[in-house]
Amino acid sequence: MYGLLWRAIPGPGWFKFLVCLVLAFGVIAVCFTQFFPWLSDYMPFNDTTVGE
Amino acid sequence: MTHAQAGHNVPLPQEVFPIAYQRGPSGMGPRNARRPQSSGGPMRPVAWLIGVMGELLVTAGLVLGLFVVWQLWWTDVEGARAQSEIIAGMDWEAAPTGPETAVENHGPPPVMEEPPEAGTLFAQMYIPRFGDDYVKPVAEGTDKATVLDTIGIGHYVDTAMPGDLGNFALAAHRTTYGKPFNQIAELKNGDALVVRTEDTWYVYKVTESKIVYPQNVEVIAPVPGVTKDEPMPELTKRFITLTSCHPMFSATERYIVHGELEYWSPVGEGKPKELIS
Repeated sequence: MYGLLWRAIPGPGWFKFLVCLVLAFGVIAVCFTQFFPWLSDYMPFNDTTVGE
Repeated sequence: MTHAQAGHNVPLPQEVFPIAYQRGPSGMGPRNARRPQSSGGPMRPVAWLIGVMGELLVTAGLVLGLFVVWQLWWTDVEGARAQSEIIAGMDWEAAPTGPETAVENHGPPPVMEEPPEAGTLFAQMYIPRFGDDYVKPVAEGTDKATVLDTIGIGHYVDTAMPGDLGNFALAAHRTTYGKPFNQIAELKNGDALVVRTEDTWYVYKVTESKIVYPQNVEVIAPVPGVTKDEPMPELTKRFITLTSCHPMFSATERYIVHGELEYWSPVGEGKPKELIS
């Protein structure tokens, strides 16, 4: 899977590495801003209120 | 004895069961039996599938680790920043500071109307026990996404407003999202909880701390402790109640702090002595 990605990126090794870094950063950004906030609503440890 | 010494008299497994060793990916034979020279060739589908699954599992582990980092650290960074920006953006007239402290009024205080819309900012909370510079915004409603995660302290809808007869009930995170009530367990009886609306200081004093279950809603009743089944006595006292999770990083129980109004004072007349260190 990641091997395919590595081969799909053109250019020399350092360039591939750079592109991978940018891609990883993008994935982390999407996780932090979209995925994790959504996921945290289903986590039980953030409740602070009394009531049902 | 090795095969070489035996002069190849003992048949190799490939020779006994040639079919099993020549089948495709689903064959039962040892992998190496067919792949000693094919290291440069294309990977077989099963090996590829297992490799992809392994990569997916490693990725899932990393994402879970990232989630912990996000929840425990990043929400705090973002929350603390957002809350101080909200306080700065409220742009309320600063109370005069000087040797004169606010006059203590013990009569019935002015009470603002409850904001009709959830998420409306209407007060600031000062708790000297949490630090001299502790001030957090208070908004209407206790919705997680729109108030508790983003603004800070939430006011239970339909409970009393600051200074009113009944119970001014608030909730906030104890961990993560700027954790306004992080040190709630350090509050002692007699500690000041100072609520400021735009015009008025309300100085409450802590009277009780306790731990209850999440379903014990009577802690935010107009008279704390009076359950739904009991008749509500006539309201004569002005309570405040803070609720947060307990133990930390769990939601099994709730940490509750009750207090009562000691005095109130118009903001224009100075700061309460509790806020002057």
